Amino acid sequence: MQIDLSNVDAMATGCAFLGCGGGGDVIAVQAAKYAIESHGPVPVISLDELPDDALVLPCADMGAPTIFFEKVANGDEGRLLVEEMSRVYGRPVAALMPAEIGGSNGLTPIVWAARLGLPLVDADGIGRAYPELNMIALEINGVSISPGILADERGNLVTIRSVDGPWMERIARAITVELGGAAAFAGYPLEASRARDAAVIGSISRAIEIGRALVEVAGDRVTGLCQHVGAVEIVRGKIVEIEGQVDGGFVTGSAIIEGSGADSSRTVRLEYQNEFLVALENGRPLVMVPDIISLLDANSGDPISTERMRYGLRVALVALTAPPIWQSEKGVTLGGPRAFGYSFDYVPVEPRA
Amino acid sequence: MTEQKTSRTATKPGDPRVGALRLGIDVGGTNTDAVLLAPGGEVLATAKTATTEDISTGVSGAIREVLRTSACRPEDVGSAMLGTTHATNAILERKNLDRVAVLRIGSPAGHGIPPLYGWPADLSAAVASDVALVPGGFEFTGREIVPFDPQAVRSFLESIEERPAGFAIVGIFAPTKDAHELAAADLVRERFGDVDISLSSEVGGIGLIERENATVLNATLKAAAREALRGFEEALNAQGMTPRMLFAQNDGTLMSIEQALRTPVLTIGSGPSNSIRGAAQLVGAASGIVADVGGTTTDIGVLVGGLPRESYAGRMIGGVRTNFRMPDIVTVAIGGGTVIRRIDGAVRLGPDSVGWRLRDEALVFGGSTPTLTDAAVHAGRMSLGDPTLLSGHEDLLEEAIAESDRIIANAVDQAKISRELAPLIVVGGGRAIVPPDLPGVEVVPTPSHFDVANAVGAASAAIGAEAESVIPLDAQRAARVAELRREAIDRAVAAGADPARAEIVSIEETPLAYLTPPAVRYRMRAAGAIRPLSSSAVQGGAR
Repeated sequence: MQIDLSNVDAMATGCAFLGCGGGGDVIAVQAAKYAIESHGPVPVISLDELPDDALVLPCADMGAPTIFFEKVANGDEGRLLVEEMSRVYGRPVAALMPAEIGGSNGLTPIVWAARLGLPLVDADGIGRAYPELNMIALEINGVSISPGILADERGNLVTIRSVDGPWMERIARAITVELGGAAAFAGYPLEASRARDAAVIGSISRAIEIGRALVEVAGDRVTGLCQHVGAVEIVRGKIVEIEGQVDGGFVTGSAIIEGSGADSSRTVRLEYQNEFLVALENGRPLVMVPDIISLLDANSGDPISTERMRYGLRVALVALTAPPIWQSEKGVTLGGPRAFGYSFDYVPVEPRA
Repeated sequence: MTEQKTSRTATKPGDPRVGALRLGIDVGGTNTDAVLLAPGGEVLATAKTATTEDISTGVSGAIREVLRTSACRPEDVGSAMLGTTHATNAILERKNLDRVAVLRIGSPAGHGIPPLYGWPADLSAAVASDVALVPGGFEFTGREIVPFDPQAVRSFLESIEERPAGFAIVGIFAPTKDAHELAAADLVRERFGDVDISLSSEVGGIGLIERENATVLNATLKAAAREALRGFEEALNAQGMTPRMLFAQNDGTLMSIEQALRTPVLTIGSGPSNSIRGAAQLVGAASGIVADVGGTTTDIGVLVGGLPRESYAGRMIGGVRTNFRMPDIVTVAIGGGTVIRRIDGAVRLGPDSVGWRLRDEALVFGGSTPTLTDAAVHAGRMSLGDPTLLSGHEDLLEEAIAESDRIIANAVDQAKISRELAPLIVVGGGRAIVPPDLPGVEVVPTPSHFDVANAVGAASAAIGAEAESVIPLDAQRAARVAELRREAIDRAVAAGADPARAEIVSIEETPLAYLTPPAVRYRMRAAGAIRPLSSSAVQGGAR
């Protein structure tokens, strides 16, 4: 498999879906296309194809998406990350891996892989999007986040050894702000043998599959998605109220969806902190993190980010069961409802009767 | 013409009628419409003529017509507002576009997507001569990414072999700080003298690639803009008037000629905005929903506080992604000519339409195609043709009108901005299809003169401008927000607004995630009434 101009749009849509409202964007797709046009398609390999001791490097953008829209990256940041990690590790990097498949973070590694001639492994660190660096399956599986490396377009390079994930998050974010609110990050370096157990497998092919279901299926796209990838439709209706604020670097808020058609008389409250966290009906949770909660434009099937929500939008709220690692005890502790301050336990989404 | 000359010589100094009227002109693809408004907004006269290739002939004819029917004198017209599609057409037809050089300031950032990437090849070949990416630009905090490099700009300018018609200069975070764009503009003038320069900070908000695209389009449109202005001016002069001229822009406000020549790209998309605003103006509403029912589709837009609600995303113009936000229009396949079919037992509306063949094909006219016009006649919503010709089709037509009502109700609800009851103004040739009662809205009687709503919208608009920046929520926040408000208002005043009456009409705040301290992207729109003319300035409209 490879990522080329024929499937990069589908992958972008799939990444936006897996972004759980955190957003995909047209800038990351354009940068990926330009890199593919200039340097050729990016091979996507299975972790099984790599020798056990091959070094796999998870990487991502760090910072505010709006900043990336304006301060478009150089493209060479990935080389800095890879060279520095090779130097620190004393071994070449064999493949890159998106640290987070959801949102633009699923796409930026395409740029770096294309420019470096490296493959991407068909896996990622999360299987969705989460707001904090350390909310990652690799953390649950005991992979150390250190050394973490930040690079910017000027060539500034910062290598961080932190005592744990939360400290890496704190230090790296402070540095990112100093670098202008946007930087390239690599961390959780690991060997292929470890990655086979610790990473979420098949994330890139899944993103492409979801994107194809949303972009290429004829007829009702929401229904098509449910049939093709096993998503569950939670409610269909329109947004009638939105509330939001910035709280400690995160955008938090909620939207009220008033059901229509078969769902009329239903009212669902969707809460988010950058990503969608929980949907409630009459105060009762219908679906919650770590399940993948995504809001789609009911007509076009396009995933809608939290900042695009507004009154009157016709939407379908859909969910996918979280990857197994997130359903484990440790996974639920790190990324379940209680991690975001809710007082109920995780119950996986079930198909509607 | 003789009459006009006579009445002009009769004008006495201090005549209160001189300069009191507003003339609105809308040059569409097919028709050129004109409307003459009294100071209170009352419609004095309207005219519809065929659009001509040279703009001026069609406009001149329409003006002559409104002067004739209103018996007003040319000198009574104080302001003339033009809504035109010439900029859009120039881009779509690749016609009369200037070849320009593109200078992006921001290296080493920005190399990930070079200037003009993703443009249709024929368009970028037609408009862009030389392209460079030089060191400089700003962070959102206002700090330099790297220092501006005048020598890199000079080397680029010296490498240019053929003098371009203009320059597009685009700095990273220029909407927040334009110092590097201004410095580069000075260097361009140093080398090329009096050449057209488009700065991205004058054209759009945050979002480098989309703002850059819009700035390049802007630079290529300068000649087309001058031509349109010349045509407009000739038409006015031919009718013996020299009013102050204003151009309609995409957000439903106006700008002065000086501003329109600097930022012609902002005239793109003024048509739909004017149509929504004009229809509301005709019923005296500042807010409400406007449904324009045509032959094939119904376009539904919403007006909030006198301005059309904008779409979330920027618009593609001629295959190029820009940051221009157009009125948010919901379009459904409901129109007077919409074809009704029964497929597998279920009634299906359109999306095709018999269009201009309605009078041959519709059942009421003796044709054989059931249309929504037939369904509306059967439902008693309009009287047209011969209703007896509908017999035998009753079930189909009744189901069709019910389906049409459901689709319209749904689309109208989607256009609303809140649960509150809103007025619905229905215009367009197929307006009788819309049911008299719809949930959540109050259907307002169709105003007279709705067929020239675009021209009314242009004539009745305020002057507007906007400013945008990312502002960190730190100790300087209040000062920077106040500064941005001032900037938006200053721009509106520069575009021709009365300084005493220009005010902020909307503030959009988008919080940025993942920053500590957090930051907010602010977009402020300012608008104000047109600056009153001092008596000596009456003749000073153009240039």
